[in-house]
Amino acid sequence: MRKPMLPNPDEPVLPAAVFNRRLFLGAGAVALGSIGLAACGGSSSSGGGSSSSGNATGTVTFGSNASDDVPKKAFQATFAAYKSSGGGDVKVNTVDHNTFQEQINNYLQGRPDDVFTWFAGYRMRFFAKKGLVGDVSDVWQKIGGNFTDAIKTASTGEDGKQYFVPLYNYPWAVHYRKSVFEANGYQPPTTLDEMVTLGQQMKKKGLAPLAFADKDGWPAMGTFDYLNMRINGYDFHINLMGGKEAWDSPKVATVFDTWKRLLEISQPNSLGRTWQEAAQTVAQKKAGMYLLGTFVGQQFAEGAERDDLTFFPFPVVDSSVGADAVEAPIDGFMMAKRPQNGAGAKHLLEYLGSAEAENTYLATDSNDVAVHKAADTSKYNALQKQASALIAGAKSISQFLDRDADPTFASTVAIPAFQSFIKNPADAASIAKNMEAQKKSIYQS
Amino acid sequence: MAVSTTGVPTGAPAPDVPKRGGKRSAHRWTRRDKFVLALMIGVPTLISVALVWVPALSSVALSFTRWDGIGLDSIKWIGLRNYREIFTIYPPFYPALWHNLIWLLFFLLIPTPIGLFLAVLLDRELRFTRVYQSVIFLPVVLSLAIVGFIWQLMYSTDQGLINAVLDKFGVAPIDWLGNPNLNLWAVLIAASWRHVGYMMILYLAGLKSVDPALKEAAAIDGASDWQTFRYVVFPALRPINIVVLVITVIESLRAFDLVYVINGGRNGLELLSVLVTQNIIGEASRIGYGSAIATIMLVISTVFIVIYTLNIFREERR
Repeated sequence: MRKPMLPNPDEPVLPAAVFNRRLFLGAGAVALGSIGLAACGGSSSSGGGSSSSGNATGTVTFGSNASDDVPKKAFQATFAAYKSSGGGDVKVNTVDHNTFQEQINNYLQGRPDDVFTWFAGYRMRFFAKKGLVGDVSDVWQKIGGNFTDAIKTASTGEDGKQYFVPLYNYPWAVHYRKSVFEANGYQPPTTLDEMVTLGQQMKKKGLAPLAFADKDGWPAMGTFDYLNMRINGYDFHINLMGGKEAWDSPKVATVFDTWKRLLEISQPNSLGRTWQEAAQTVAQKKAGMYLLGTFVGQQFAEGAERDDLTFFPFPVVDSSVGADAVEAPIDGFMMAKRPQNGAGAKHLLEYLGSAEAENTYLATDSNDVAVHKAADTSKYNALQKQASALIAGAKSISQFLDRDADPTFASTVAIPAFQSFIKNPADAASIAKNMEAQKKSIYQS
Repeated sequence: MAVSTTGVPTGAPAPDVPKRGGKRSAHRWTRRDKFVLALMIGVPTLISVALVWVPALSSVALSFTRWDGIGLDSIKWIGLRNYREIFTIYPPFYPALWHNLIWLLFFLLIPTPIGLFLAVLLDRELRFTRVYQSVIFLPVVLSLAIVGFIWQLMYSTDQGLINAVLDKFGVAPIDWLGNPNLNLWAVLIAASWRHVGYMMILYLAGLKSVDPALKEAAAIDGASDWQTFRYVVFPALRPINIVVLVITVIESLRAFDLVYVINGGRNGLELLSVLVTQNIIGEASRIGYGSAIATIMLVISTVFIVIYTLNIFREERR
């Protein structure tokens, strides 16, 4: 995920996110969009200057969406390590996270940097199909052994070639504070029924059972994804995202019906709340549980409060379907169609696909987990260990609605539809019907 | 003023002058004159065509297509389908249209009269009038995006000032920005906070230009303050009123930053400008669809522009 509408959740967020940075960046994105990208294109042209074949240890330009402090520093450290391992210079052009994502179409059609940050999933395949990004299959021949098949599939385009080199991922799960559960004798629920019962108990204690925020539109997608995968299974979910199943089908109606049960234990007024504010209520022990990506940890003060944070996997809804699907978006890199320094770009990508690169990166940015088989997990904190175990045990991995589905559908249909549903759950049928009508219009090519 | 040198009587109707002058004194146009003229007409025309007409017309043309913005060869002609879908299966469209209208009416009915009222008060040479002027005008200097941040600090449900104060009186927290029945009004108050200052400055300038002799004459005739204002000063403000009307219409149609900053223009804060952005900018890349909404906006603006220009021409003829 790390959503269209917002910058990186990896930002070191102020303890109380009173001033919503995301909004600020959003506005900045609008104002600075063209300027930022213009700057990008400009520097990429001055960067390389070598022939298309290039020099493996020559300068490589790198387009980065890591505009927040922690990931930015993590990349600096990674590229310093690349140079000391015998690689060339990496010239980094950092663009505001939000802007980078929103302007990606223009960016790729202009003069993109040799290597740039991107996400696995439909959105990667889309650009690959459009011929806007470079084939990195030969890099995968060297690094392929480092990754599981699931990761390789997530990096592969529709034509069977690889277009993406992964760096890390992070799972979505239901977070809670250990101390709150211990003090009240709560057990992490394993089924939805247990979760709802637990929610009722919390309500009696004056606790908001399930923190919930959807002001920005994207967090509710995580709830839908999990419910759909737990009720209808991973394959149905992916087909629905791919436009091959109907939104007004009885199967999706069941998802909305089940969601109503969760809404009953969810924080009210969610459409006026940001995820940072919702996370704060969990940190302050005003709310019991919160379904979000592990980046929720940024809202918890470093130290005892952060150590108190843990999660349980999204519970089983239908025992015949189980809970072996996990939502764990993968972030990584793509290469320009015609890089200035092709050999250098591939050399860098090969390095970025190594355990050393992942270790260096995660040493600075500890909100995510490595995808490399041989990555060093000994320095993981408790939450990272838990996250990595959850992903390792998953049979199938989804990428989040806005990465698995057509982005037009995700941003202009799914967000307003889910928000209307949260406002008026009774309208579920007509909302689903409208989603299907719009889907038919958007998915035809 | 090449016109006066051609000896055309100054009373002649303006549009005819250059043509007549040109014909009668063709020999007097040196090559340099022609060059300068061509430059002076050509450059603005070119700029206007390139920056206004070409984008506007291509936007209209694109509104009949389906295009993801990647490569010109992927543009597909689909006739009126975008429009049909916008009017039938696009839920945010009618709310957006309606919100733009509410925005316009609200701006005309609330901040504009308040601005006028403040201007009248400040026109009376109060003590510290400059200080008041600056204070009320200050929000206008801020961009609407900044206004959005400031007011979000006030409106936030869990952490905002307003709810913190209400809490002292035992009022349950109100979801100002998330409740779709409330948030538009909350935003309109924030927008008005800025708009009042703008209106005040405009009216203040207008009031300064009203001949004090008029007011004096009215006072001598025994008119009360209200009568003086209603029958003497306000009619004299007519030119300013037209400017105010036009500015208010423009501000309402282009309203964007504030709602975009608050929640991306969704859930009760839909506006036409936001829908255009959501479809065109961003990863959605539904260029044709967004262009169709933009074209609808263009048509609406054109109505106001036509009314305005007709009014101006009528005025000039008088």
